[in-house]
Amino acid sequence: MGAIFRREISSFFTSSIAYVFLAVFYALSGYFFYGTTIYNGITDMSGMFSNMFMVIVILIPILTMKSFSEEKKQKTEQGLLTAPVSLGGIVLGKYFATVVMYIMGISIVFVYGLILSCFGEVQWNSVFANYIALLLLGSAFIAAGILVSSLTENQVVSAVGSFIVIMLLYLIDAAASFINIDFISNILRSLSFYTRYYEFTCGLFNLSSVIFYISAAVIFNFLTIRIFEKRRWS
Amino acid sequence: MIEVKNLTKYYGDKLAVNDISFTVNDGEILGFLGSNGAGKSTTMNMITGYISSTSGSILVNGIDVLDEPIKAKAQIGYLPELPPLYMDMTVKSYLNFMYDLKKCKLPRKTHLSSICDLCKITDVKNRVIKHLSKGYKQRVGLAQALIGNPPVLILDEPTVGLDPNQIIEIKNLIKNLGRNHTVILSSHILSEIQAVCDRIIIIDKGRVAADDTTFNLSKKISDDHRLVVRIEGSKDEVMYELRKIDGIKYVRAEIEREPGVFEYEMEAMDGTDLRREVNAVTQKNGWAILLMQSKELTLEDIFFKITMGEVFSEKLSKPSEKKNNGGNE
Repeated sequence: MGAIFRREISSFFTSSIAYVFLAVFYALSGYFFYGTTIYNGITDMSGMFSNMFMVIVILIPILTMKSFSEEKKQKTEQGLLTAPVSLGGIVLGKYFATVVMYIMGISIVFVYGLILSCFGEVQWNSVFANYIALLLLGSAFIAAGILVSSLTENQVVSAVGSFIVIMLLYLIDAAASFINIDFISNILRSLSFYTRYYEFTCGLFNLSSVIFYISAAVIFNFLTIRIFEKRRWS
Repeated sequence: MIEVKNLTKYYGDKLAVNDISFTVNDGEILGFLGSNGAGKSTTMNMITGYISSTSGSILVNGIDVLDEPIKAKAQIGYLPELPPLYMDMTVKSYLNFMYDLKKCKLPRKTHLSSICDLCKITDVKNRVIKHLSKGYKQRVGLAQALIGNPPVLILDEPTVGLDPNQIIEIKNLIKNLGRNHTVILSSHILSEIQAVCDRIIIIDKGRVAADDTTFNLSKKISDDHRLVVRIEGSKDEVMYELRKIDGIKYVRAEIEREPGVFEYEMEAMDGTDLRREVNAVTQKNGWAILLMQSKELTLEDIFFKITMGEVFSEKLSKPSEKKNNGGNE
């Protein structure tokens, strides 16, 4: 797992995906930071955090698009799958490398916090809770993106596919509001990625949401492992 | 030691490998010979645990590939048909990556540099893989397979893309490796396999068409007496005289190679050597022989000979016995 993790991180930088991702992420988060916090002359960053949801919906597919699809296309997955490593090790190595890449992006919020602290008092508790929420949400989406990339050998299909999957996860709320049967709409609402995230930006730290995001990441990673496992058996 | 029993693989409806069984002993170099699409790579992919088998079992040094994949894979160094190279890495960082991936315990620096020397890639160590030529890429792929000094080596067409000198080097390298490794290599070139392997398995349409030592197989194949001769002289007269030779099956005039020089292809009855007779005929008539060579068999000829020939027909019908014959010799 360690070897794959290290290779993946360095490949993000040699393939310049890292730079594109970080640049776009910093630019958009900077824009929202300016538009919602600085412009209004407040030290509350929750406006920026709630806008970040759509930003990561768009940016995470860029991060995950080549994860397994590139390996498939270049036949390098043959090297991984015939090496004495567990399938879990392969998938998690890639997953954590992508998460670390993502953390490099979102940690910029602390810089924004520092900037604000020059002008007034920053509520670090809320910044930290929001950061955790962004991290957990991203971790779940990354797992979904990697799952999609393991299904195709085309990077574009992989990017568009993960975008659609992540969009669907986002739109669970909308679906819930269209369904009149209480029972089903309640279930859908409790599966909502957005509502739970929105709670965090309002200052609610809900442990069940933390567990929800972590379980989602675990399930998507598990499915990715099963996809490789299935190929080995069928 | 590798034991393959009743291995079968379907891709959807297509039968790719049909009930293959064989054993490779320790320190043996086994050659897979077969045309493209015969099932060589599929078989190798199943042994290395890259794809699953539809039915049958594979034991690598007594470890079942399906039950304990990680332990089994640790025994194997694999060079697939397309070397699994990360194009954006340098050779050095790639080999280091594979070293970590295989959880190799040997001293890193000396082990990797000895492999680089062995595969003659030391001078390109710091270059990015995508800028290397095909031959170098192939050798980096081979180097990758050797990392960790695995007891079993599986090499899928290791000489593809190499120039003739490199082919000789790689052949010698594989021969040396065969002293303390179990090696399976595949090729669709007979001479290449003959030069390196102790034993040959010929795969045709997903089945084992022949399994025998290289010596026996070569003898059977070279029993064929097909000659190609270039003779200076009138075509019709030459044909007429050649046809009179005893034990000749057919003579065929091919194209005119040089002015007044025709090429003839002929085949003798089994066990007859035509060369002296042909020489005598031409001497008597005062024609000059400008070239005489035994005709190289193409893979198709070999398949035809082996699948249709009587020698192997009984072995074909009893695949279990065939394995034992091959193994004991």
